[in-house]
Amino acid sequence: MRFLLDAEQREFARTLEALLAAADAPSAARAWARGDHAPGRALWDRFAKAGVFALAVPDESEGAGRLPLELTLAFEALGRHAVPGPAVETVAASVLLAGLGDAAPAQAWLPRLASGGALATLRGDGGYALDADVADAVLVVAGDTGEELWLVDEPGPAVPSHDPVRRLFAPAARGDLLARGPHVAAAAGEARAWAALATAAQALGVGRALLDRTVAYVRERRQFGVAVGSFQAVKHRLADVLVALEFARPLVHAAALSLDPVDIAMAKVASGEAACASARAALQLHGAIGYTDELELSLWLRKARPLRDAWGTPASCRARIVGAS
Amino acid sequence: MDLTHDAETEAFRDEARAWLAAHVPPTPPPSLETREGFAAHRAWEAELAADRWSVVSWPEPYGGRGVDILRWLVFEEEYYAAGAPGRVSQNGISLLAPTLFDHGTEEQRARVLPPMARGEVIWAQAWSEPASGSDLASLRSRAVRTDGGWLLSGQKTWSSRAAFADRAFGLFRSEPGLDRPHLGLTYLMFDLRAPGVTVRPIGRLDGKPAFAELFLDEVFVPDEDVVGAPGEGWRVAMSTAGNERGLTLRSPGRFLASACRLAALWDSAGRDRALADRVADALIGARAYQLFTYAGASRFAAGGVIGAESSLNKVFWSEYDIALHETALDLLGPDAERADGPWAEGWVFSLAGPIYAGTNEIQRDIIAERLLGLPKGRR
Repeated sequence: MRFLLDAEQREFARTLEALLAAADAPSAARAWARGDHAPGRALWDRFAKAGVFALAVPDESEGAGRLPLELTLAFEALGRHAVPGPAVETVAASVLLAGLGDAAPAQAWLPRLASGGALATLRGDGGYALDADVADAVLVVAGDTGEELWLVDEPGPAVPSHDPVRRLFAPAARGDLLARGPHVAAAAGEARAWAALATAAQALGVGRALLDRTVAYVRERRQFGVAVGSFQAVKHRLADVLVALEFARPLVHAAALSLDPVDIAMAKVASGEAACASARAALQLHGAIGYTDELELSLWLRKARPLRDAWGTPASCRARIVGAS
Repeated sequence: MDLTHDAETEAFRDEARAWLAAHVPPTPPPSLETREGFAAHRAWEAELAADRWSVVSWPEPYGGRGVDILRWLVFEEEYYAAGAPGRVSQNGISLLAPTLFDHGTEEQRARVLPPMARGEVIWAQAWSEPASGSDLASLRSRAVRTDGGWLLSGQKTWSSRAAFADRAFGLFRSEPGLDRPHLGLTYLMFDLRAPGVTVRPIGRLDGKPAFAELFLDEVFVPDEDVVGAPGEGWRVAMSTAGNERGLTLRSPGRFLASACRLAALWDSAGRDRALADRVADALIGARAYQLFTYAGASRFAAGGVIGAESSLNKVFWSEYDIALHETALDLLGPDAERADGPWAEGWVFSLAGPIYAGTNEIQRDIIAERLLGLPKGRR
């Protein structure tokens, strides 16, 4: 028993943090929302080189082996820096393809996904696939029992999200039928679990970014002659946000260690709720300036709610926890 | 990162579980906040101590087993999973003992700890005063130097367990008039039956005398019952507050057991969909608290210190405990009103959680100022 990151894991997190802090991810996210993917792809290349996308790919497919804990560290960093793109979905697609036990699609895609050379997306249970216009592989699991895996050729028109950086598509199951059979359903289940885990970690990062930016703001913003951050009403609200985030993180790490569906559901609920609580506090404590599109804060404010629901709504996760799903 | 216990720890768990299975009374004793219940819980402490289960984390010479904090957590998980009685010695074990380990003399440890471990001497805390609650450092009860010791005078209040306890520990002003209020305080232990002590039990919200007022009129305390140096009381009392105590004030095992009981109640009450989410949240919270504590214990075992994070702990468990009990009452429906129900006393007790051991408002100030770096001020 040693529920602590080891030196290597802490170093990995620090490396990613430094890389992303230097990369102006917010500008890349703004461009991404406008349909200009170039800065986002450049950013993507950089953190792929740090090994992020190899973390969900087995050794034999040129990945780093399966390292879910490191993956949560990476996704917390991606969330903290508002990195655009189908990162969760690329991980999910990797897990799905690797889980097929069928060499051909895995060989065709996994090395490219692991290296960051290709982006993938996967249609979720809600029917939407993130960033299908820019993804090199758009995957859809379909059929009555979820036993068909399609490589979609035409994602269809974009559907607007509350977060303009998240570009939603609702692709139909058509194109190439990559695989069919119960192994597809099993691999898709595993892919959804990893997607939920990565989303939980990303939400944690989003919540932390909102908290950090709000703390910085209330230390600067003065009213009645003092920093508004000296008021207890402000301090206590932010203290509660920190409590929620700090108690969500160990759930995320434990879920990464076990990959147990109930553990993942707990992590997903706690981090999604904590991120949303952080967003509400951030909006309220920034006041009117926080309610603007132009403030950079909006990049995180608009992401908290979608991440809370993506890859496992709180209701579905709680149902799993009490054994009702 | 690893959440599995080693074989030795699992063997320790098995040993604890087996002992508890053989010894935990099949029906719980009366409330420890009643005279007969207090006596029953005292007897239970003796039974625990007879087989060295009352203070497993203490060194062996004082009645413990010298186990590390991770095994203490494992013991607590088994203890509450077995439905064992509440700990009437809690205040002594979790507040006074760590202070004696850090600041006491060997003579004090040898004299005070073994009877505490056996439940022969039950300790009450004597921190608050009528005019000094959250602002504890403003306290006015005095310790005046006399031959061979000190004379204590003043009034303490909200003294948990004092209605039936034997001795108490607290802070007293020994050097009045210094620049800052937390200077000139002395940490003392005293006998609740000494001449000059009047104990007036106070009924808690449910009427049970869970705490008391203490009136002290020139109560003699020998020098040997000063903990740490005279005048250093504030530092002595606070130094362990953020250390192990922050981790061990409320064990995760207790909430894991409560959450399991809650889920079982929900099951037996027909799995009401309307309450399913709150039952799920109780399970999530218990697990989160366990994991947060394991993380803190791992940091502690690796040589780290637990500082202001213990305030995160306090806010979390105290709010969590109320939410859990409110859900239980909602599941009970009309029977929730019954004061003799299985969740009744736990609910009443949970309501005090955000108030004692440093109100949650004080904890949130600490979180905001020390962990988030927000400016001081209480406007």
